Amino acid sequence: MPVSVRPVARPSRGLWEQVYILEVVRGLGVTFRHFFVNLWRHGLKLAGRATEPGAVTIQYPDDPAVLGRRARTRHRLLRRADGSPRCTSCLLCETICPAKCIHITAEESPDPGVEKRARSFDIDIGMCVFCGHCVEACPVDAIRMDADRVELAAYSRTALIWDIESLMQEPR
Amino acid sequence: MAKTIKFRLDGTAVEALEGETVLEAAERAGLRIPHYCWHKALGNPGNCRMCVVEVEGAPKPQAACRLPAKEGLVVRSASPASRRAQSAALELHLVDHPLDCPVCDQAGECGLQDYYMDIGRYPSAMREDKAHAAKRVPVGPHIMLDQERCILCTRCARFVSQVSKSHELGIFGRGHNEAVALVPGRVLDNPYSGCLADVCPVGALTDRDFRFQVRVWYLDGADSVCPGCSRGCGIRVHTSTRRPWHNKGRRLARLKPRFTEVNGHWICDEGRYGYADFDTDRLGKVMRLKDPSAELGWDVVCDEVAVAIRQGMLKDPAGLAVVASGGLSNEDWRAFRSLFVDALKLERFLFAPEPDQVGEQDELLRRRDKVPNLEGGKAAGFGTQIKSLDWDGLAGEIESGKVWGLYVVDRDPVKVWGERGRALAEGLSLLVCQGPRKGLTGGLAHYRLPATDWLEEAGSFTNFQGQVQTYLPALKPLGAARPDWDIFSALEKAVNG
Ligand code: SF4
Ligand code: SF4
Ligand code: SF4
Repeated sequence: MPVSVRPVARPSRGLWEQVYILEVVRGLGVTFRHFFVNLWRHGLKLAGRATEPGAVTIQYPDDPAVLGRRARTRHRLLRRADGSPRCTSCLLCETICPAKCIHITAEESPDPGVEKRARSFDIDIGMCVFCGHCVEACPVDAIRMDADRVELAAYSRTALIWDIESLMQEPR
Repeated sequence: MAKTIKFRLDGTAVEALEGETVLEAAERAGLRIPHYCWHKALGNPGNCRMCVVEVEGAPKPQAACRLPAKEGLVVRSASPASRRAQSAALELHLVDHPLDCPVCDQAGECGLQDYYMDIGRYPSAMREDKAHAAKRVPVGPHIMLDQERCILCTRCARFVSQVSKSHELGIFGRGHNEAVALVPGRVLDNPYSGCLADVCPVGALTDRDFRFQVRVWYLDGADSVCPGCSRGCGIRVHTSTRRPWHNKGRRLARLKPRFTEVNGHWICDEGRYGYADFDTDRLGKVMRLKDPSAELGWDVVCDEVAVAIRQGMLKDPAGLAVVASGGLSNEDWRAFRSLFVDALKLERFLFAPEPDQVGEQDELLRRRDKVPNLEGGKAAGFGTQIKSLDWDGLAGEIESGKVWGLYVVDRDPVKVWGERGRALAEGLSLLVCQGPRKGLTGGLAHYRLPATDWLEEAGSFTNFQGQVQTYLPALKPLGAARPDWDIFSALEKAVNG
C-alpha cells in the first residue's frame, strides 16, 4: 500500500494575531474562565449540590489514559477458533470507509467452507478518521476498534500502515 | 405487418405482437416484470414463478411469461396481491440459499439481491436447517459452480442444449435433491462457456477468470466492439481503475456481451478471455533507438521520420514497405491510405494475417479471421486494388536489398520471421514501429511511435457482413500514445513539409 499525503494550507495570520500581546491576554482569559468554572463545579460537588465534579487533570502518560467504554481506538482483526482471520474479504469495510484508507486484495481460501480470504489487508491509520463505519459494515464481526490503544504515533508514514499480521496480533 | 394486440399493464397501454406473451411485450416496451427463468433467447419454461401477476377476471395469479397477450387484458404486476405472490416465490427460492453474499462474486449484480430489496423484505419464515450441496466446483476452465446458490431456473441447461449444443450440464434429481450438475464424464468446455456466467441470474455460475479480482461496484463500463475476429460482437467493457490494488493492478477487468443484431446475446470465450495481457508490453513513450532515454516530442519525431522517408525515397522510391494489421479502425484505414498511397505513392504493402491470426470458425459466431476490420481495409482499397505481399515474399525482398525501409503498424514481423527476424530487421536502414505494444520489432525499431489500443480510442470496425459498428473509449491512453489515424495525419503533414 503506498503512502498517501494530503497537503493542507497553513492558516494565515492577520495583524491582530501578529500583535502577540492581545492574543496572550485572550489566551489567559480562556484559562481563567476554565479555572473559575471548574472551581465553582468542585464547590457544588463538595456542598452536595451536584453529582459530577469539575474537570480533573489526569497525569497522562504517568497514569493510564481513561477511555470511554465505547471509545473507538486502533483496529484489530479477529480470528476464528483455528487462528485464521475471520475476515471473508467481502470488501464492505473498504467500500464504506470514507477515508479510503482500507486496502484489501482477496484470494481463494484452501478451505472450501471459507472460500474467500484476504491476501492482504492494509489500513493506513494516518488517513483513518476513526468513524467506526468499517466495524458497523462488517457482516461477520471480523474487525473491531476496541483494542483500547491510542498511542499510534510512528516515526514514518509507512509505519502508520498496518498489515494483516499486525492487525491480527493486536491483543484485546 | 403482424397484427398488434393492445392490453394494459399497471395502467400503461402496451402493444404486443401476435403470439407474444405479456412478459415479452412488457420487456420490449421497457417495463420490468420480475423473472429468472425467462430469457429472450432461451425460452420460458415458467418454473421460477417470479413473474406472477394479477389479471383482471382471473381467479388466481398468472405467470406473465406463459400468458399470451390478449386484446383488452388488464394486468397488474405491482399490485399488493402480485407483490405478495412474487415475494412468496422469492422466499421459496431462498429456502436453501446459503446467503453467502459476502464471498459471492455475483453480489452487486445478483437477481436475488435485487428482487429481495425490491419486492422481498419479508422476515424469513424458514425455521428448518438449510440443505447443503456442493460449493466451489470448477466445472470447466472458465466456470465455477455453486449448487447451493442455484435457484434451478434451468437457463444454463437450456443454453448448453439450445445455443452451444454441447449438452454438458443438466438438472438432476427432484424435489429437495434437485441440482444442476455436469453430465457424468463431461467438463464444461465449449467455445461459449463464458456465457453461462451471464445467463445465470444468481451467483451459482460465476466466472473463474474474474473471481475475487474486484467487486462489481468498483467497475466502470463502456460500450465497445470485440476485435477478436471479423464478426465484431458487441461487448460491454468493464474496467477497474478507481482502486489500482484490485484486479492485480490490471485496468481491464472483464468483457461482457452486449446485445446487438450481430451477436445476439453471446460472445465466444476467445474474445472474452483474450485480453488478460492488455496492459503488458505497452508503449507509452515516443522513442528513438539511438538515444532511448531522450525525452522526445511528437513534432520532433514526426519530422525526423518524414525526413528519413523522404531521403530514402529519393534513392529508391519503391523500397519502403508497410506492414499493417486488420486491427485498424475505419478511420485509421482512411488516414493510412491518405499517407502511404496518396501522399507517398508506395507500392509494397503487407496486410496478410500473421500465422496465428487465422483460427476456428463455427456456425454461431466465431469467424476464421481473427482480426476485426479486414472489410474496412478493403473499403480503403487494400485487398482489392492493392495486393498484399506475403511474409516470406517480404523477407526475401529485404534480403535481396529491394526493400530498404519498413513501416510496421500494430504487427510484429520479427516474431513472425522467427530466427531470421533479427537479422532482417537489422539489415534495414529505416524501421519504424507504430502500435500499442512493443513486441520484438519494437525492441529493434529506429523509431517507436506509441499508439492507443482499441479500448483507449473511439472508432468503428466493419464486420464481414459489412456492418459498421462504433466503439467508445473505456480507458485513458497510456503516456504519449495517440490514435493511429492521428499519427498518420501528423506524419502526412510532416512529409508534405
Ligand atoms: S474507522 Fe472509518 S476511516 Fe477508519 S478505517 Fe474504519 S471506516 Fe475507514
Ligand atoms: S467487512 Fe469484515 S469481512 Fe468484510 S472485508 Fe472488512 S473486515 Fe473483512
Ligand atoms: S446454475 Fe444458474 S442458470 Fe443454472 S439453473 Fe441454477 S440458477 Fe439457473
